[in-house]
Formats: sequence, structure tokens, C-alpha cells
Amino acid sequence: MAESTVLNLVLWLPVLGMVALLLAPRGSDRAVRSLALGVMLLQFVLAAWLYRRFDGSVAGLQFETRVPWIGDWGVYYHIGLDGLNVLLVSLTAFLGPLVVAGAFSAVQKSVKLFYAMVFFIQFAMLGTFLAQDLFLFYVFWEAMLIPMFLIIGIWGGERRIYATLKFVLYTAFGSILMLAAVIYLVYSLSQATGSLSFGFRDLYAHSLPVGVQTWLLAAFALSFAIKVPMVPLHTWLPDAHVEAPTAGSVILAGVLLKMGTYGFMKLGFPLFPDATRVLTPALMVLSVVSIIYGACLALVQTDIKKIIAYSSISHLGYVMLGLVSLDLLGIQGAIIQMVSHGLVAGGLFTMVGMIYERCHTRELADYGGLARLLPVYSVFFMILTLASIGLPTTSGFTGEFMVLLGAFNAAWPEFQAGNALPLTVAVSAVAGVVLGALYMLWLAQRLLFGEVKAPHQPFTDLVAREKAILLAFVVAIFALGLFPQGPLAKTELAAREYQDRVLGSRIEGVAP
Amino acid sequence: MDRTQLLLTLSIALFAIGLLGVMIRRNALVMLMCMELMLNGVILSLVTFASQSATVSGAVLVFLVFVVAAAEIAIAIPIVLLLSRRRHTLDVSAYSELKG
Amino acid sequence: MTMNLLTLIVLLPLAGFVLNGLLGPRLGKGFVSVVGCGLPVLAFLATVRGFMQLNGGDASALVETAYTWAVVGDFSFDIEFYFDRLSAVMTLIVTGVGSLIHVYSTGYMKDDASYARYFAYLNLFLFFMLLLVLGRSLLVCFVGWEGVGLASYLLIGFWFEDPAKAAAGKKAFITNRVGDAGFLLGMFLIYHALGTLDFDGVNAAFLGPVAPAVSASLVGILLFIGATGKSAQIPLHVWLPDAMAGPTPVSALIHAATMVTAGVYLVARLNGLYQHAPEASEVIAVIGLLTAFFAATIAVVQTDIKKVLAYSTISQLGFMFLALGVGAYGVAVFHVYTHAFFKACLFLGAGSVIHALSGEQDIRRMGGLARRIPVTFVTFAIATAAIAGLPPLAGFFSKDEILWFAFASEHGGSPLLWAVASFTALLTAFYMFRLLWLTFLTPSRMDEKTEHHVHESPWSMTSVLVVLAVLSAVGGFVHVPHFLEPLMPLPATDHALEHLEKPLIVFAVVTGLLGLAGAAFVYRGGLARAERLQRRFAGAHRLLSGKYYVDELYEAVLGRPLRWISERVFLNLGDRFMIDGSLHGLVGLAQRTAGRLSRVETGNLQFYVLLAVVGVIGSLAWMWRHG
Repeated sequence: MAESTVLNLVLWLPVLGMVALLLAPRGSDRAVRSLALGVMLLQFVLAAWLYRRFDGSVAGLQFETRVPWIGDWGVYYHIGLDGLNVLLVSLTAFLGPLVVAGAFSAVQKSVKLFYAMVFFIQFAMLGTFLAQDLFLFYVFWEAMLIPMFLIIGIWGGERRIYATLKFVLYTAFGSILMLAAVIYLVYSLSQATGSLSFGFRDLYAHSLPVGVQTWLLAAFALSFAIKVPMVPLHTWLPDAHVEAPTAGSVILAGVLLKMGTYGFMKLGFPLFPDATRVLTPALMVLSVVSIIYGACLALVQTDIKKIIAYSSISHLGYVMLGLVSLDLLGIQGAIIQMVSHGLVAGGLFTMVGMIYERCHTRELADYGGLARLLPVYSVFFMILTLASIGLPTTSGFTGEFMVLLGAFNAAWPEFQAGNALPLTVAVSAVAGVVLGALYMLWLAQRLLFGEVKAPHQPFTDLVAREKAILLAFVVAIFALGLFPQGPLAKTELAAREYQDRVLGSRIEGVAP
Repeated sequence: MDRTQLLLTLSIALFAIGLLGVMIRRNALVMLMCMELMLNGVILSLVTFASQSATVSGAVLVFLVFVVAAAEIAIAIPIVLLLSRRRHTLDVSAYSELKG
Repeated sequence: MTMNLLTLIVLLPLAGFVLNGLLGPRLGKGFVSVVGCGLPVLAFLATVRGFMQLNGGDASALVETAYTWAVVGDFSFDIEFYFDRLSAVMTLIVTGVGSLIHVYSTGYMKDDASYARYFAYLNLFLFFMLLLVLGRSLLVCFVGWEGVGLASYLLIGFWFEDPAKAAAGKKAFITNRVGDAGFLLGMFLIYHALGTLDFDGVNAAFLGPVAPAVSASLVGILLFIGATGKSAQIPLHVWLPDAMAGPTPVSALIHAATMVTAGVYLVARLNGLYQHAPEASEVIAVIGLLTAFFAATIAVVQTDIKKVLAYSTISQLGFMFLALGVGAYGVAVFHVYTHAFFKACLFLGAGSVIHALSGEQDIRRMGGLARRIPVTFVTFAIATAAIAGLPPLAGFFSKDEILWFAFASEHGGSPLLWAVASFTALLTAFYMFRLLWLTFLTPSRMDEKTEHHVHESPWSMTSVLVVLAVLSAVGGFVHVPHFLEPLMPLPATDHALEHLEKPLIVFAVVTGLLGLAGAAFVYRGGLARAERLQRRFAGAHRLLSGKYYVDELYEAVLGRPLRWISERVFLNLGDRFMIDGSLHGLVGLAQRTAGRLSRVETGNLQFYVLLAVVGVIGSLAWMWRHG
């Protein structure tokens, strides 16, 4: 089978699954769960096959499909894999079965609808990563809101309506500004070339004056920065995480947040390189603020999910730092950190869900000494904690190390030339690793060690299904930590291309 | 003032009285009657112009308006009747649930 | 066989970790003991083999590539192992003393429920420590560096149900992390300036003809910050005394013989860089000396047997850094070597005492044990004499060389350094013999029940004590600095002072004996005389018992402000009030505006009609005007 067909299959399989679920007659919950898991596993197998077949030494898109969609507007259904999205697509497909399996015991009402929504969101996320046409990208970007709204709003916690409304309205607000920018951008392109096109390739080649670039970048950046999330646009995340069901949190932390960083990497910065260079100092400062602010706030939370939510803000600050460092190490590190965070945060939220199912509380004060009550659970939790801290041999170290080294590498010549800001940012980011250890170990301490206490005892340690899910996370984390060369080889060309695009110039008349 | 002008004045007057009645009167049935007056004013002006032109389109329009007015009244009066059964009053200011 | 020898050495303990961790609880203590001790012993034998290969061949080092971790641009991060004379010394210590302590643990931890977990963690530690000392690049070293921090965390908090013990583990990790930030920055600078992270490459760059374009001192200080964390020097020394919460063999292995010497190893390994970093070397020497001095003063008043040894370790590490600071890298490693023997012997001996006394650790409640547990006593006494620097035991040789180079080295030696160091040596002898007297030689202050149960430790424990005591006695005759000279030349000494070398040796011995005499005098009859002194110098005693209140200082200056800022400023003011507040303000504004605008919808039909008519008239008028 041609790879492009398989890629389409990977994208549309969740839709087929969703339709099958919604149209199927009222069956048993077990049948629904099995079907959902089966579809997700199939998707993962196909995506893994594509990952193996992806050739890192070939530039440009692979496994492309490009057919006209809305011909009069120049909109094409154009999808493909390149170094920037291949890892994220693989991550999404990897998390799919884990999310589904993790929700088996957690979701008891409207099970069919729930898995249909999970499929829908999987489709929307994959579409965003795979789209190579701006219209298509925007459609998928917006499409993700509906299932997330429903997942949080129906199966969430007490304040779920507030949380889901906040999430949707906040994100939609950014998207509307982005739409305006998209329209202007395409209009501007059509004026220059005489034909309407939404394709990324054409947009990359379009030149714009710096002032215009800055406004457009601001509009795009607002939308992406809300998604990442970057401080100060982050307050929707803790609420969304706390109120969402476990599966929702895993999807949110695992993949959804990466859509923001992916947006920056694929669209925001390469489309407006001159404006990016002008805004780099501000972006650097915001990145390191995210790192430190997120870490500080994680330190004083009492709800376990909020701690991990704020740690996500902190970790993604590293990603942004890597992207704006414009150093190849930093960029590669940012990509790895995206995947690593997806695994680590996804794993941690899954574990919180497991403990919540047993004890029905997320307050840290209600727990203690779990290492005595749940020894197997504690081992996994400790491993994930260490990955979050960035212990060498885990994926967290790979990402953080490369980002920090890249940021430093870019900052030192600047410092010697008189500009001290990048170096201050880099050194502060290194200091952030201490804070990272501080709040995570504090969490592990309160949860696992000390005096034994937990509500609703006795309960069982992990069952086979839970162990399998966590083992998958842990194996992936160590694989990425010990053998990152495989993924790095696949992303290098695309990372270089990104670097060239952002370092180049696209003002008319200025040599690139 | 010749005949046309007189008829047109009459039709405007009918229309104006009807409009005023709709704006001022609060009884639902009276409002309906005033709306009929407005329609009739329009019909009168149509007839006036129709008699002056050679085509038959004016008369056709008159019949159209007649029929529509009749249909409208046939539906409006039962609606007012059903509404009045709820509130036991024909005062339109009593029906303000769509406020805000 | 060369090709995989080093990888084998590293992987053997890792296999132990996996086997003991996964299968240990199921297969029982016998399996765990055999695997847990056997694999480190095999690693030791492999190291000996490597050592012979090194000596036999003409290469200065064995190099093995395990695999390529990442390639970014033109730079390849490889996982490579490097075995030269320095690695040989360190690895022999790590695997040798490590194996002995594993054997000791089979006796000490015999009745512990988590026996398998203990050996798994201990093997894990050994794996990371070997990565640290065998790594060719700063990256591999860093992996080991953080890894031993992890193992330390797990082992300090081994009895995790006690929240204080778990907290001690966390404190160790966090303090180490602060140092690691410095390590990372130093590593980044090296990468940027030299384009290589390999130790031999870095040394060659600094020793070569062209000076690299980066300040050696800056890099030196950054890496030293990492070393202060790992090796418990001021200001990051606070974790080591708390680390005594872990099982005693852990204290012996990790917090005496091996992990804490990682900082010394790092500086010694990069001696090429430090030779060209006079400012950094000065900082190292001064901090080492200050640490040595202050830790010794605190040790004088400690009442927990393990805490005395902990502060003693900090102090001895300070001596090692003093040696490094004056350019005597080989001598520092020599002291690592001798210190491993006598300090491990002391800690294990303390473990034996604690075991004999069913858990008592307060020396005020010991005494009279010399006859009751003779093997422990004799080995402890030998090790004490070694640390006090009495000839011909091992400590005499290494400490003496440190003092000599502190005095005469042309790389920063001075009489002032020597004087403070000598005084510290005097204090060392004093507090160590104080410990010996109060624990073994004074009349018993034990309570009756404990006294009744006093028994010598099992053979698994005492045999190790004997081996270590013998090594403490004769180990000094292996002249390690001479062995390391091809790698680390000894610093030049001021010729004018050379005639003082012999007198200084005599002076040092006299110092040691003075310390012995002082301790014997004060503590001979028990605590009476000491208590009188304590009352007379109450203020000083409080200051020393309070460890100069450094922990309290950190909490007040760092801990509490951090939490206060995070909670009050960031959370309440920032997140809740400003960000969410403005969001909610916007939402409120939208709702209020909508509320006001919707007043147009009165629900009154006639009002709507009026509006429609007004609208029609208005538009007609407008069209008439503009038409």
C-alpha cells in the first residue's frame, strides 16, 4: 500500500471509528471499549509503520496527498509528513490507545459518546499536524475545540462548566484574530502572485514589509501563545486540567499543548522571520518567565493536578526557549522536549487518574506514604517524577539538555558582542532546573513517603491493564532518553530548514 | 383637487389612521382591525393606479393583497383568541415574555 | 577483550540492579546477596584486569565507544569510556571498597524487610558511579553525576516511612541540583569554546600552545560549584550531615568513600584546565580550607556517632580541595584513596557499634565497649589513628603531603594556608580520639538493657572491618601521587623552603599526638570534664552545636521568601488577581454591556412597532436627503 494512502488512513481512521460508534445500535459498554481500543491500536501500528518508513535524509514533505478541495478559493486538501510533524504525529498515535485504555474504568456514563469524542479530537489533532494548507490547518485547529468542550463539560469535575467555557472562549478569541491574519495574509499573497493560494509552500515564499509582518505575527502568536500556554495567557490551563476527566487531561497535556508550539514552529516564526527576529528578546523573556513562574506556582499548589498543570507551563517554556534560540541544538532539543513532555505529563496525569479512581480526592493533603500501600504504583510514579525533573537517561534530560545548551550556544556570542539579555535568559533557565526538582520531589515526598494515609482504603495496587499503560510510557521515556539519535536523525533536515527560514529575510528587496 | 388626488389622499389617510391605531391602541383585536385599515388604504391606492393604467397587473395585485389579508386575518384572530385564553385579556402589553 | 571490558565493568552493577529489583523480592535474600555482592566483585576483578592491561600496554589509556547518543549538526555526542591511571585508581576504589561494603551490608541489613530493594539501589549507585569515573566526556560524567545523586536520594530516604528521613533525601537532591546548575553552565562554556566535551580533549586544549578563547577560571569556578554540591563543600555542604539518616553502609559507601569524592575527581581529571586557572584554584583552596576548618569545629561538639563522622568527612574533603587548589592534584587523589579506607572503616565500625547497641547512636550513652566488641574496637582505633595522621598509617602519608604542598607549592601555597590546615589537623585528631574514647574506652554509660545485649557483629561485618583496617594501615605505602605523575605532575615547590620539609612532617606528627593527648585528657574519665568546659564556653558550644545556623539561614533567606513570593506575589497577586481578575473583569464587562443593551427589548409590541416606524421614516428621510 502506498505510504500516502496509509497516512490518509491514519488521519481518517478515527472518523470512521466515530461514525461506527455513533451509528451502531445500543451495544454493551464492553463492546464499545474494545472497538475504541482496537481502532486506536490499528492507528498506532500504521503510524509506527510510517515512522519507520520516514526517511530523514530527504528534504521536504513525504507521503503527500494534494487534491483540490475548494477550487475557487485555491484551497487544497494537502497533507504530508515532514521532520517537524513526524514525531508529533507518532506521539499522538502512541497516546491514542493509552488514553482509551486508561479511561476504561474511569468513564461510566455515555461511554459511546465519550469515545466518539476522543476519536474526533484525535482526528482534529492529527489534521492540524498534517495539514499543509492554511485553510485546512485552520479548520482542524478550530475543530479541536468542540470535542474538548464536550469532554470537559460532560465528564468533568465540579466546576467543569466554568473550566470548559474558559478554555473554549479563550482559545476561540485567539483563533478569531488569527483568522483575520490568515485572511489578510492570503489576500496579500493573491495580490502579489495574482492567484489565490493557501498552501504553506507559497506562503513561505511570500515577502512582506516588517511592520505588516509584526502585526500578522502578533495575531498568530496570540493564538499559539494561548495554546502553548505562555505566561500570561496561561490561566485557562490549571482550571481545564483540574476539571477535565483523566483522559481529557492526558490528551490536553500530551498533544493539545503541542499544537501551540507546533504552530509557532511551522507557521508563526517561518512565515514572519523578520518580525520574529525583532520580537526575539521579548519571546526569550516570556519563555524563561514561563519556566520560572510555572515552577514557582507549582510549588504552592494543593491539588495534585494543578501541580502537574503548572509544571507543564514550565516545561513548555523550555520548548519555546529552544525555538527562539535559533540554534540547531536548541531547535532539535525543543522538538524532543515536545515529545518528552507529552509522554511525561501524559503519564503523570494517567497516574493521578489511577489514584483518583481509588481515593476520589486530588488534594495532596489527603495522601501520604503511598509507597507502602501501592509499591508498584510508586515505582512508576518515581520514574515519571525523575523524567519530569530531567534526570539523565530519561527523555526529559535529552530535551532540557539540548535546549539549554542551544540557548547558551546562541547567547554566548551575543554576550561577547555586548548583548547580555540572551545570556541572562539562558542562565535563568538553567536555574529553572533546580526549581523543577524542588516542586516535583516535594510532590513525590508528600504523596509517596512519610506517614501512611489515604481515603477509601483498602484498595488494590495496579492491575495488569494499568501496568501495561504505564510500562508503555516508561519504555518510551527511556527509549527517547537513551537513544535519541533515531528521532533526531528524522527531524534534523526540517529543523535546519526552520532555522534557515527564520534566520533569512523575506522583506521585498532584501537578500535572504 | 381631481379625482386621483382625492382617492390617494383618502388612501394615505386610511393608512395613517391605521398605523396610528396600531401604535396607540392596546387592544389586540383593535390592532388587527387597524392593520386591516392599513391594508385597505394600500389596496385603494392600488385600485386608483390600476384604473389609470392599461395593464391588468394592478387588479391582480389587489386580489393578491385581498387574499393575503384574508388569510392573515384567518390566522391572526385564532392566535389572539388562544392568547387571550391564557391571560384573559386582550391587552398586548400583558404579553412581554420576550423581554430582555 | 579490551573493546568491551570497560562497558562490562559499567554494566555488571546495572544488571544487579535489574535482577535484584525485579526478581529479588520473589527469589529471597540468598539470591539477592549472591547477585548483589557477586556482580560488584566481578566488576572489581574486571577492573584489575583492565589495570593490568593498562600497565602492560604502551597506550596511556584504554578507550571504548559504547554508542552514539546524538548527532546534532557537526557535533557527535558519543558515549565513550576512558581508562587511564586516574580512572584506574578511582575505579579500583569504587569497585573494591564498594564490594566490601556490599558484603558488609549482607550482615547489617540482614533483618530488614526491604533487603532486595536495598541491594538494587546499591547496585544502581555503583553503576552510576562507574559511569562517572569511566566516562570520557563531561556528558557521560554528568549522567553518572546526576545518577549517583538519584541513588543517594533513594538510599538516604530508604526508610521512607519516617518523614524526616525522606526529607533528608530530598534536601540532598535539591542541594546537589544547585551545584549541577553550575556544572551545566561550565559544560556549556567548554562545549562552545572548545567544541569538545572529552576530558582528554579539554586538557589538551588548555595545555596546548594556543590558549582557548574562554576564561579557564570562569569554567573552573562553574565546574567547582558543581563539585561543592556533590562533595559537600561550603556553601552546599548542608545535605551531608542530614544524609546520615540512611543505613550506615550507605553512609560509608556513598557519603564517605565514593560519591562525595566525585567533585575531587572532576577537578583532578581536568587538571590541565585548572593549571591555567589561578583564580579558580585560589577559590578552591580557600573554600576547601574553610570547609575543613569549620566542619572540624562542628565535629568537636557532635554527640551522634555518625554525625561526627559526617562532619569529619566534610572536613577531609576540604583537605582534598585544598590540595587541588594548590596544584597538588595527585596528592588529592592520594587522600581520596586513603580516606576511602579509613573513613569506610570508621563508618562501618560505627555501624557495628550501632548494631551491637541495638540502634543507639548517641555517644553520650556509650562507653566501655573496648572489651565487649574487641574486633570493632581495634579496627576503629586503627582507622582513627590513620585519620589523625599518625605514622606509619595511611592517613599520615596523604595528609602530610597535603600540608607540605599547602605550605610550599608555587601554585598558591602559603604559610597561612598551612597554619590553618595544621590547626584543623589538630582538631581532627582531637575529635576523632574523643569519639574513640567516649565510645569505647570510657566507663560505660549505657542503659542496662542495651548493655546486656551488646554483642560483636557477625563475621560478614567484622571481616570487612579487618580488611579495611589493614588497608588503612598499609595502604599509604603505595605512593599514588608518583603513580599518577605522568598525568598530573606535582606542583613545583619553593626551593627556599625545601629544607623545612622534614621539620614539617615532625610537626604534623606532633600535632596528631597532641590531639590524642588532648582528647584523652578531657574525656578520660567520661563526660564530666567535657561538661564543665561546655558550661564555661556555653555560647561557643551553642554556635557549634547549631552548626553555625547555616540551615536556618538558608531557610530564612531562600526557602521562606521563595514560598512567600510564589504564593503571595505570583499566585494571589499575579495569577488570581491580575490575570484571572482581568479576564473575569472582561467577562463582567461583556455581561453588563449586554444587559444594558438588551433593555431595548421591552417585550412591548407597540414599542417595537414604534421603533420600526421610526426606522422606516428615518431611512426614507435619509434616502430623500442623499438620493
